[in-house]
Amino acid sequence: MSRILQPASERRAETHPLTWRLHDDASPVLFAEYRDTGGYAAVTKALEQHTYESLTTEVKGANLRGRGGAGFSAGMKWSLTAKGDDVPRGYIVCNADEMEPGTFKDRLLMEQQPHLLIEGMILAGYANRSKQGYIFLRGEYHRAAASILRALDDARADGWLGSDVRGSGWDFDIALHTGAGRYICGEETALINSLEGKRANPRAKPPFPGQSGAWGLPTVVNNVETLCNVPGIVNHGADWFQALSGERSSDGGTKLYGASGKVLRPGLWELPMGTTGRELFELAGGMRDGLTLKSWLPGGGSTGFLLPEHLDLALDFDTIGKTGSRLGTGLITVVADDQSMVSLTRNLEEFFARESCGWCTPCRDGLPWSVKLLRALEAGTGEPGDIELLEQMARDLGPGKTFCAHAPGAAMPLSSAIHYFRDEFERGITRPRGEAHADPIPVGSI
Amino acid sequence: MTQNTATIASDAFVLDPADRAAILEERAHYPYPQAASIEALKIVQKRHGYVPDGAIPAIAATLGIRVADVEGVATFYSLIFRQPVGRHVILICDSSSCFLTDYEQLRDALIDHLGIQMGQTTADGRFTLLPVCCLGACDRGPTLLIGEDLHGPVTPEALPALLEAYA
Ligand SMILES: Cc1cc2nc3c(=O)[nH]c(=O)nc-3n(C[C@H](O)[C@H](O)[C@H](O)COP(=O)(O)O)c2cc1C
Ligand code: SF4
Ligand code: FES
Repeated sequence: MSRILQPASERRAETHPLTWRLHDDASPVLFAEYRDTGGYAAVTKALEQHTYESLTTEVKGANLRGRGGAGFSAGMKWSLTAKGDDVPRGYIVCNADEMEPGTFKDRLLMEQQPHLLIEGMILAGYANRSKQGYIFLRGEYHRAAASILRALDDARADGWLGSDVRGSGWDFDIALHTGAGRYICGEETALINSLEGKRANPRAKPPFPGQSGAWGLPTVVNNVETLCNVPGIVNHGADWFQALSGERSSDGGTKLYGASGKVLRPGLWELPMGTTGRELFELAGGMRDGLTLKSWLPGGGSTGFLLPEHLDLALDFDTIGKTGSRLGTGLITVVADDQSMVSLTRNLEEFFARESCGWCTPCRDGLPWSVKLLRALEAGTGEPGDIELLEQMARDLGPGKTFCAHAPGAAMPLSSAIHYFRDEFERGITRPRGEAHADPIPVGSI
Repeated sequence: MTQNTATIASDAFVLDPADRAAILEERAHYPYPQAASIEALKIVQKRHGYVPDGAIPAIAATLGIRVADVEGVATFYSLIFRQPVGRHVILICDSSSCFLTDYEQLRDALIDHLGIQMGQTTADGRFTLLPVCCLGACDRGPTLLIGEDLHGPVTPEALPALLEAYA
C-alpha cells in the first residue's frame, strides 16, 4: 500500500492539512477518530456562519487551484455555478477517476482518510447549492471503494448526510459511482456522460457543466485532492491557506507531491505549494542503482518533459507553465540516463492512442500513426521526414484542434521529447525516404 | 443458423433475483435509470465472470431502458468483459512509471509463465491477462491487479509464487 513518506511525528494540523491524521501503518482513519480530532467541524462552522456566497468567497480568496491537473481556481469555478432560488439544485461530482500515468495521490487520500473528502464534498455542495454529490471512482480502486462506502454510512448515521443535515434544515447526500475503465472518463464532461450511464465521449463546451451538466442541471466537478483542501480553508481561513505556501508560490496551500521511476525512495509527501523539483527529487533520495537524472515529467503523462536544469523551478502551475510544460498532477516521473526517450515516448503515445475516445480525427487517427512512426524510430527503421511528421502531428493535436484536452495532453510529451532529445530520434533514421511506411494502422492493433 | 442460436441463448439468460435486487438498489441512487446501467453490467459480471449477451436485454428490461443503450455502454468500457474470462483476471499496468521500472520484463515473464499472449485466457481457465492504465501505485512499479488485489513491485522471480496463491 502506498504511504506518505513523512512520519506522523512530522505532520501537523497547521502545516499538513491533508495528511496530519494519517497513520504510519497506512490503516484508515475511521469516523470516530476523524470526528474526535476536529473532523466535520468545518461543516458545523459553515452551516452556522456561512451563506453559500460567503463560503465561495472564502475558497476563492484562498486561491485553491484545481489539483486534477488544469489548475483552475476552485472558488472561481464555484462562483460561476448557476445557483439561486429560481435555479434547480444540481450536483457536486468528485473526480476520483485517477488514471493519469504517474499519479498515485487520490487513491491514498480515499483509502486512508475518506472522511476528509466527504467533509470537503459537503462543503462544496453547500457552497454550490447542490442537492446531491457523486464520487466518480475508477473501477479498479476496490479498497478505496470499500473505505468510502463505510465512511458514507458512518457519516450518514451521525447526521452529516441525508435530509436535514445536523438539524440545519439543509438536505444533501453523497453516492458512490464506480467506473468500468477508460482514461477518458476523467475528462469532466466525459465523466458526466459516464455518470449518466452513457458512453464516455466528451461534450461540447459551452454550456459549461456549472450551467448545464449532469441531467441538464448545474454540476461542479472537482478533483479528490482539491475537495480535501476545503475543510482546512473553512476551519482556518483563506489567509492561513495562502500562508502555507508563503513566498514560494501565489498558489495557496500544500500539495501532495510524489516521485516515481528509478528513484531511491519513490513515494508521496505533503509539501508547501511551490516546493522545487530539486527538493522533491532529494526527498526521493535521487536516482537508484548509480543512475543519473536525464529528464522528468512534472505531473503525469500528459505533461511535457523537462531537463535536470529545470529542477530548481517551483512546482506550481504558473512557474512550470512558463517552461511550455504543465504542472499537471504534481507527481514527478523521473527518467534515468539509460532510458531511451524514443521508447518512453512510444510507450506514452501507445497509451494515448489506446485511450482516445475516437471522436475527433487528429486524435483517433493521428495517435496510432504517431505510434507507428515512433516504433519505427525505436527499431532503427525510420526514414527522413519522420521527425518532421511527428512534429506536425503534435501541432495538429494541440489546443483548440480537438474536442477535448486528451489530444493536447498527448502532444505534450511528444513535442517536448523531440525538442530536448532530437538526436535520439535522429539516430532511429536509417532508411532512404519512401521505403518504410504504409497507411496508418487502426487503433485496434495498438 | 447462428442468429437463432443467439436468440435462444439470450432467451435462456435469467437474471439472478439477488442481482436484480442489487440493480434496482443502484437505480435508486440516480434520477434516471440509465445511469445504473454500468453498475448493472458490473453486478452481472461479478456473478458470471463476464456479461453474456442475454444479460443485455435482461438489464434493459429491469431498468426500463433501451437495449441499444445498454449495448452501447457494454461495448465501450474496457473492464466490461463480453466473453468468458479466466477465474482470475490479471491487469498489468503498462503506463509510463511502470514502463520505467521494467514493466516489459514483467510482461514477458507473465506471457512466458502463463503461455498466453495479452488478451488471452489460459487453457485451464485460470487466468486472463490484460493491460490496464496506471493503477495509481507508481511508487511500487511494476504493478499488477489480480482480481481485487494490488501487487507491486513484482519481479519476474517472484511471479510464480505470487500466482500460486490464485487457484
Ligand atoms: C483526458 C483527461 C483525463 C482527465 N482525468 C482526470 C482525472 O482522472 N482526475 C481528475 O481529477 N481530473 C482529470 N482531468 C481533468 C478534469 O477534466 C477536470 O479538469 C478536473 O476534474 C477538475 O477538477 P479540479 O479543478 O478540482 O482539478 C482529466 C482531463 C482530461 C482531458
Ligand atoms: S480529443 Fe481524443 S479523446 Fe478528446 S474527444 Fe477528441 S477523440 Fe475523444
Ligand atoms: S504507471 Fe503503473 S501504477 Fe502508475
